[in-house]
Amino acid sequence: MSELPGNLERSPGDGLPRAVGAEERPAAGAASPSPGAEWLSVGPDGREWEAQPKWRRDFPIDSPRDEYVARRDFTKFMVVISLGFVVGQFWILFQNALRRRTGAPPVRRIARVDQISVGGSLGFEYPEPGRSAVLVRLGDGRLVAFDQSCTHLQCPVLAQVDRGRFYCPCHQGIFDLETGRVVAGPPERPLTRIIIEERGGWVYATGIERRTG
Amino acid sequence: MSRSPRFARSQRKAIVSGILCIVLILVVLQLWLLTATMNAFLGGDTDILLPAALASVGCLALNAGLLWYVYSLDR
Repeated sequence: MSELPGNLERSPGDGLPRAVGAEERPAAGAASPSPGAEWLSVGPDGREWEAQPKWRRDFPIDSPRDEYVARRDFTKFMVVISLGFVVGQFWILFQNALRRRTGAPPVRRIARVDQISVGGSLGFEYPEPGRSAVLVRLGDGRLVAFDQSCTHLQCPVLAQVDRGRFYCPCHQGIFDLETGRVVAGPPERPLTRIIIEERGGWVYATGIERRTG
Repeated sequence: MSRSPRFARSQRKAIVSGILCIVLILVVLQLWLLTATMNAFLGGDTDILLPAALASVGCLALNAGLLWYVYSLDR
């Protein structure tokens, strides 16, 4: 049983805390206590019962008892938190099952190969409408594509080809332009890479590659 | 006639405090497990999802067992 503050003592009846010197709480079924009854201890502001506002005297709550949390209660609360974490784990499993049911992303034509000059970029939507991605032609002529959502908090990243990076203006996250890996800032995972292919003068998006590091 | 408890009040206090510490450690472990699992899921690594969920269930079972023991101390 935990220690009590100096102004409280343990009731001999039910073992709950009460103000030092307060009388025992009346038994159940006894006459209802009048406002300011002796068994009530101090209010939440610590003032005497007579100094409390009328609404508090009309609806008396024994604040020290009300706010008291025993070790056993706290342990029980922690077990409920533990149950919440288990629910979270199974929610992730459920989301993974949903992701599997959607299947592989579609093959989609993005742009003509000669449509993007060296150092240029082009926005497109992949794998589903509304999901922004960006196609970039690097200085050596290669094409790369990444999901435009920052892996920190999903802000859209900006391609800064001249500086060789993707930049997230929300929290100053910086990703390498060529690999999508984190260079600086709060993100922990690289940008989702979009697999592209060149066929017959066109650029196609054929899949996505999520990465953890 | 009531049966006297197995442990003295001071002993029960130490036991409950110790169990509370263990429960707290397990809950922190579960929190770490959840964040690591979420990071892996978002990164496309799905192999660890089921083992992590089972480990979390194991932690919950331990916590529930310890809670049951805490309440059994008073009986």
